[in-house]
Amino acid sequence: MPTSLTVIADSLPYLLLGTINTAGIVVAAMLLGLLLGVCIAVGLVYGGRPVRLLLSCYVWFFRGVPVLVLLFLFYFGLFTYLGLPFNAFFSVALVLGMTTGAYQANIFKGAILSLPRGQFKAASALGMSELQTIRSIILPQALRVSIPAWSNEYSIILKDSALAFVIGAPEIMARTQFVASRTYQHLPLYITAGLLYFFLTWLGVAALRALERRLRIPGYTHGIQ
Amino acid sequence: MITDTTPILRVDNISKCFGETCILKGVSLSLRKGEIKVLIGPSGGGKSTLLQCINCLVRPDAGEIHLGEERIDLASKADLCRLRQQVGMIFQDFNLFDHLSAQDNITIALRKVKKLGKREAAERARLELEQVGLGDKTLLYPAQLSGGQKQRVAIARALAMDPKALLLDEPTSALDPELIGEVIAVIRALAAKGMTMIMATHQISLISTLADEILFMENGVIVEQGSPAQLLTSGNPSKSQGFCDRLNDLADGGC
Repeated sequence: MPTSLTVIADSLPYLLLGTINTAGIVVAAMLLGLLLGVCIAVGLVYGGRPVRLLLSCYVWFFRGVPVLVLLFLFYFGLFTYLGLPFNAFFSVALVLGMTTGAYQANIFKGAILSLPRGQFKAASALGMSELQTIRSIILPQALRVSIPAWSNEYSIILKDSALAFVIGAPEIMARTQFVASRTYQHLPLYITAGLLYFFLTWLGVAALRALERRLRIPGYTHGIQ
Repeated sequence: MITDTTPILRVDNISKCFGETCILKGVSLSLRKGEIKVLIGPSGGGKSTLLQCINCLVRPDAGEIHLGEERIDLASKADLCRLRQQVGMIFQDFNLFDHLSAQDNITIALRKVKKLGKREAAERARLELEQVGLGDKTLLYPAQLSGGQKQRVAIARALAMDPKALLLDEPTSALDPELIGEVIAVIRALAAKGMTMIMATHQISLISTLADEILFMENGVIVEQGSPAQLLTSGNPSKSQGFCDRLNDLADGGC
């Protein structure tokens, strides 16, 4: 067997473990982003002026600064400054989560604004509070509409997670580089890494597509039958 | 003490401006139990804004709202919620919750606002849907219903809250002509049961046959009010008669 294939076969368990770590980082980041994004979007649409201003600052900050800079800022800067323990996995998930939170906020905001205004009125007219209306009428619809854009965001964050290798989080990229620097089999190893990312992208997007279909509201049809 | 003559709903001197444009300029009306008032008049006259001010979906700039003996504090969210629970509203474009089945459109407020249990709410919803002739459509979603069926679900949804009065904002205006009849039948049945209503409408049959009193609104004020017998006699110089004549001409011309 050629050396390159042996190297890949030998390192595959090690790389697959890295793949699981990558998946963990991305899932944690996307869930944190979902929580932040929903809260920020609701604040941006329904909040008062000071709330909207504050949230816009958040969104602008995380949209305006590169993820790599944020990683260094949090991991080497903020964590040291606050005396927190260095944990690469946690830092990456936090930075990616806060970044995608800003982008997801805009996705959800657009979705909320696309809903017919009358439903909010109808809920108010039935005596429902603003919070009840947002929770049971607005968000269930807005989140459904957001799934395609959210799956885009997933694929972006997944690939951004490769930056985590610079602070040594044990994910796909860091582990591939580690093996490559010892075996000099760069080409086959990075092809493998690429395929692993591609597989995770496909898996996540397919799962979200299935979720979208499952949650589709009966009676709505799209496109030409 | 509430007697039959005490209005169950009273609005005094309501006004509302959007910027420089004043839509309502001091409108007052009161509603006794079982009474049906019909708002007519040209578009932009303030009918819809008045209805939405009555349950504070649009917050009036000035004026008072009384529910029975109680004065509603327009700044208190709790007061507004209580007012809205007791005053149902039907919209021109139905405003059903698109992600919920017909039944769940009704149960959601029963559960969240009235705090009914799941089973109790579902039972009530089915009962209300049967009342409007949709007992076999409980599990369908709004996108699977016709306009007339949607409006009947909306009416069932409002009635499930046991409102003391119903506000209807052009309930048949968004419907195809062949679907208007089924909604009118439901509204007539409500009237026969003694439901208290204020309705803005251009539906000539509802105006002349259901109204205890007609209120003609123009430029943000009620310019004419009286019973159909007083206002709607052929050749009557009233604005209401003129308005109805024009509606009739349109209807004739269309056929």
